[in-house]
Amino acid sequence: MNFDFSDDQKFLKSEARKFLEANCQTARVRKVLDDDGKAYDADLWKAVAEQGWLGAAIPEEHGGLGLGHLELCVIAEELGRVVAPIPFASTVYFLAEAVMLAGDADQKARLLPKIAAGEVIGCVASSEGPGPVTAATVQATVTDGKLSGAKIPVTDGDIAEVALVLAKEGGKLSLFLVDLAAGGVTREAVKTLDPTRDAAKLVFAGAAAQRLGPAGEGLALLEQVLDRAAVLLSFEQCGGADRCLDMAKEYALERYAFGRVIASYQAIKHKLADMYVKNELARSNAYYGAWALNTNAPELPVAASAARIAGSEAFWFASKENIQTHGGIGFTWEMDCHLYYRRSRQLSLVAGAPRVWKERLVSHLERRNAAAA
Amino acid sequence: MDFNDSPDEAAYRKQVQDWLAANAPKTYAGGDPEGGDSLEASKAWQAKKAAAGYACITWPKEWGGQGGTPIQTVIFGAEEAKYPIPPNPFQIGLGMCVPTVMTFADEATKKRFVGPAIRGEEIWCQLFSEPSGGSDVAGSRTKAERAPDGSGDWIINGQKVWTTGAQFSDFGIVICRTNPDVPKHKGLTMFWIDMHDPGVEVKPIHQMSGGSGFNEVFFTDVRVKDSQRLGGEGDGWKVSLVTLMNERLAVGGATGAGWSEFMEAARQTPGLDGGSALKDGALREKLADWYVQAEGLKHTRNRTMTALSRGQTPGPESSIGKIVSAVQMQELGNTAVEMLDQYGIINDPNLAALRGGFHSSVMFAPGLRIAGGTDEILKNIIAERVLGLPGDIRVDKDIPFKDMPTGR
Repeated sequence: MNFDFSDDQKFLKSEARKFLEANCQTARVRKVLDDDGKAYDADLWKAVAEQGWLGAAIPEEHGGLGLGHLELCVIAEELGRVVAPIPFASTVYFLAEAVMLAGDADQKARLLPKIAAGEVIGCVASSEGPGPVTAATVQATVTDGKLSGAKIPVTDGDIAEVALVLAKEGGKLSLFLVDLAAGGVTREAVKTLDPTRDAAKLVFAGAAAQRLGPAGEGLALLEQVLDRAAVLLSFEQCGGADRCLDMAKEYALERYAFGRVIASYQAIKHKLADMYVKNELARSNAYYGAWALNTNAPELPVAASAARIAGSEAFWFASKENIQTHGGIGFTWEMDCHLYYRRSRQLSLVAGAPRVWKERLVSHLERRNAAAA
Repeated sequence: MDFNDSPDEAAYRKQVQDWLAANAPKTYAGGDPEGGDSLEASKAWQAKKAAAGYACITWPKEWGGQGGTPIQTVIFGAEEAKYPIPPNPFQIGLGMCVPTVMTFADEATKKRFVGPAIRGEEIWCQLFSEPSGGSDVAGSRTKAERAPDGSGDWIINGQKVWTTGAQFSDFGIVICRTNPDVPKHKGLTMFWIDMHDPGVEVKPIHQMSGGSGFNEVFFTDVRVKDSQRLGGEGDGWKVSLVTLMNERLAVGGATGAGWSEFMEAARQTPGLDGGSALKDGALREKLADWYVQAEGLKHTRNRTMTALSRGQTPGPESSIGKIVSAVQMQELGNTAVEMLDQYGIINDPNLAALRGGFHSSVMFAPGLRIAGGTDEILKNIIAERVLGLPGDIRVDKDIPFKDMPTGR
């Protein structure tokens, strides 16, 4: 049994933590939070690119480090722990994964080296309005290589160079790559729950679109990309949830009420124990997702769903109960609690809400049981 | 990251598989899970394991073990579970009581007891909980007083409760109050006792679930030698910590119906619109949550095993198992029963799904949420030992036991 990260991967994790503790304190996150004109931390983005993290899982032939997805998982956890205000997920978990999964040789050669070098920011544009993305909600259409329609919200859509777009062509859904710097695209920033991760409405009027992967496979392909992203996001969620538990613990050990530290009250102790239990369940599910992702196992859809559900639950619970543990001060703008509360919402929604993933999970389990019967 | 054995582990697994293929029982000898009504089969299987060194793999060879590693115990357990083996009534004795005896008794006593225990010839029980204190073991009231004849013997009077296996145990370790004039932790002493002593009376407890897996044990003027004392006079609390260190291993998580059984039952049950209940979104959400919890526990165990495999001490994550599984057992069982609507009141095995398995979960889960550390005590343990939060304020810490307030 070897169900843990290797010493090398743990070393990478501790190096990543040191780097981010030095380069991504919450004071820097707040510069993005407080400045409407600042969509992300460009300096941090550049520094992260220099670390090679953007290309951790990208093969060396395409300019990456060629390490693997387990290495990407440990980096993701540390980024989640510091609520990094950079378009890492959009670029690496979505765009790079989609290109590696379904791109042709030209698309890989064109995009992956630039992603690894930090020269291309990506985004994924599937939603067009309220409710889960399904075949019925997609109106965006590609005709003769030109995309028309509107996507909202698109996380990092205001800063990205390349969008991964779900659209119809000949009545069937496919995935497309769209160069956002070329003509036919207008962008409009939208206000979001987590201003440290910006989003936009993208309106396409005849933008050049190149299909990624087979025609008519858009939804299936997007699901595969989402499975991969879900595992990586679950590590960000674990990192964020663990940080919330640490914050709550540190505060509870310092704060006095009725003559003793509040950490000595069972109401607080049991709350923190509940956090710990959820965080460990999330971590164990994330590890299994990491194994499935790294080995491209047939279990990936089920493992990714479980990782996403557990990660979303843990981060939501830890971030809200962290505020509760802090009491009134936790409700202020100055305390960092709300950064995590906001990010927990962002991460839970950006790849589809837990409700959708629960339905997907049970559908998979039904099919698995039917196949076994 | 993988789920494979190391070469050493694979070799050990093969050795275990070969031995089991030649020696393990091929048919189930029956019995309830507490092991009371199939003692002969249980003892026979235990003797075979002991002869081959598989009864207590990590124990030193001189005491009947193999000098093996914890991961080898895990491997043996996983392989053994593939056979219809009889219940194991030796777990508490070999996991908790005998290690305590081995730590605190003299050589002669160890020699007398360890062999018969590991071979399954003699069964041990642990006598800690009392009617006045389950979570608060240090508040035990069962008294041991020096015999007035100057022999140095002790006379034990009092009552223990929730004693697993007392009805078929030969020996037990019992924690007693020997000095009521000092604070509670300081006035306790541990003894081993002969359960066949005429002053020891065992009465089964009729549980709310209908079964009787546990007992009340009454002591009336039970005379024990001072040589039966384990550890120093007044050191009983410290001795009990050695015993309880292993309790987590002895009290397992929930068994019985899980998400998979629920899914199958939902598929077969009509739902709100007359279609299958498995189409009900509310039930599907719960099903997903239970699956994710069960997987989380499974892979937490895999993390624990990985630590053992690497020769490390498992991290604190191994402490979450019972607290999660016992609560889920209750919720899942109850949701399944409610899914049946009016029919849910029926637990007749001939009429109810899973022969009433979901109903059994509903009725047994309250006990599981209490046994081996209540949900609340386990949360305290996580908060204090894992997260490092302060212990509770103990209002009885500095007052003599005899002056402690007592309620019901």
